[in-house]
Amino acid sequence: MNDQTPASRSTSIRLGGVDSLGVGIGIFPLGVALGFLVIQAGLPWWLAPALSIGIFAGSVELLLVSMIAAATPLLTIAATVFALNFRHVFYPLSFPIQAVKPGIGRAYSIYAMIDEAYATYVLMPPEKLTSTRMLTGQLLMQAYWVGGGLVGVCVASLLPEPIEGFEFALVSLFIVMALDAVRGRREIPSVILAGLSVTIAMVAFPGAQLIAALAIFTLSLVARFFWQRRARGAGHVAEEDQPDA
Amino acid sequence: MPETWYMIAAVAIGGVITLLLRALPFAILKPLRKSKFVKALGQWMPAGLLVILAVVMLANEISAQPGKLWVVAIASAVTIATHLFAGRRALLSIFAGTTVYIVLLNFF
Repeated sequence: MNDQTPASRSTSIRLGGVDSLGVGIGIFPLGVALGFLVIQAGLPWWLAPALSIGIFAGSVELLLVSMIAAATPLLTIAATVFALNFRHVFYPLSFPIQAVKPGIGRAYSIYAMIDEAYATYVLMPPEKLTSTRMLTGQLLMQAYWVGGGLVGVCVASLLPEPIEGFEFALVSLFIVMALDAVRGRREIPSVILAGLSVTIAMVAFPGAQLIAALAIFTLSLVARFFWQRRARGAGHVAEEDQPDA
Repeated sequence: MPETWYMIAAVAIGGVITLLLRALPFAILKPLRKSKFVKALGQWMPAGLLVILAVVMLANEISAQPGKLWVVAIASAVTIATHLFAGRRALLSIFAGTTVYIVLLNFF
């Protein structure tokens, strides 16, 4: 636990580096894609590092490139970021923040609590965690995003003309994330409600389909909650429908 | 190109919301996190939300490439098939779908 001595400090830095490599293999190419998308969308290069430092949340960074390129209203951007990052509300319950020294280090650790950092440290035994190790790991994860973004910006700028269709990487990413989120029968009601919401939104609110779909979907989940609570009160709810996150 | 102030505002808004969602629960949202309502929304949200985002992005891509619906359909099918049948490796699935899309779009 003690990382005050130079020897254990360098061990902690080395361990943090190893921690970051596992997820870095996934982060770096996404960073490159981010930089690439920024240039191909005709946006200034500094937007790539600005997104990786200002927001630092993988899927949101990529999504914002296309939203900014399409001049999406700021309110829609705010609602989308809120909905997409809402899951972070549940991370502090189990993220081992107490291992990080209070002060700037702990503040950074909270700011940099991306999915990959959470997944890396949440199940690690407490005796293996040190402040230096976690901070090194998290700093490197951010460095992969920023570095990958700059590489992507450079490569895309060197191309004589944009690669038509590269923006599909973003569509694929969200298809993949949706597939990973829908892993069992339990997700089917949410998927049906989402499908209905987005269909209604596209037909009724063609100019504001995303924010309309988010609003209708959220309302339908609220209705589902109260409907289910009433049903549970009557004793008719199956075990698998009960939220247990 | 969008105006600079707009881009900075978009990044700032996204950053502040993300930071608040990460930081507030450590302090004041403890009771909120225990609430059954918040738990239910937290569990039900992600799958449906990602489906909505995927559908909206597909629709945008289809309207941005008129007459290329079949290219979008094939590339999406390749992404899904690669993901389901090649071990759910996100980068591989994205790479496969995007490559197919770029090739079909530029050569057909």
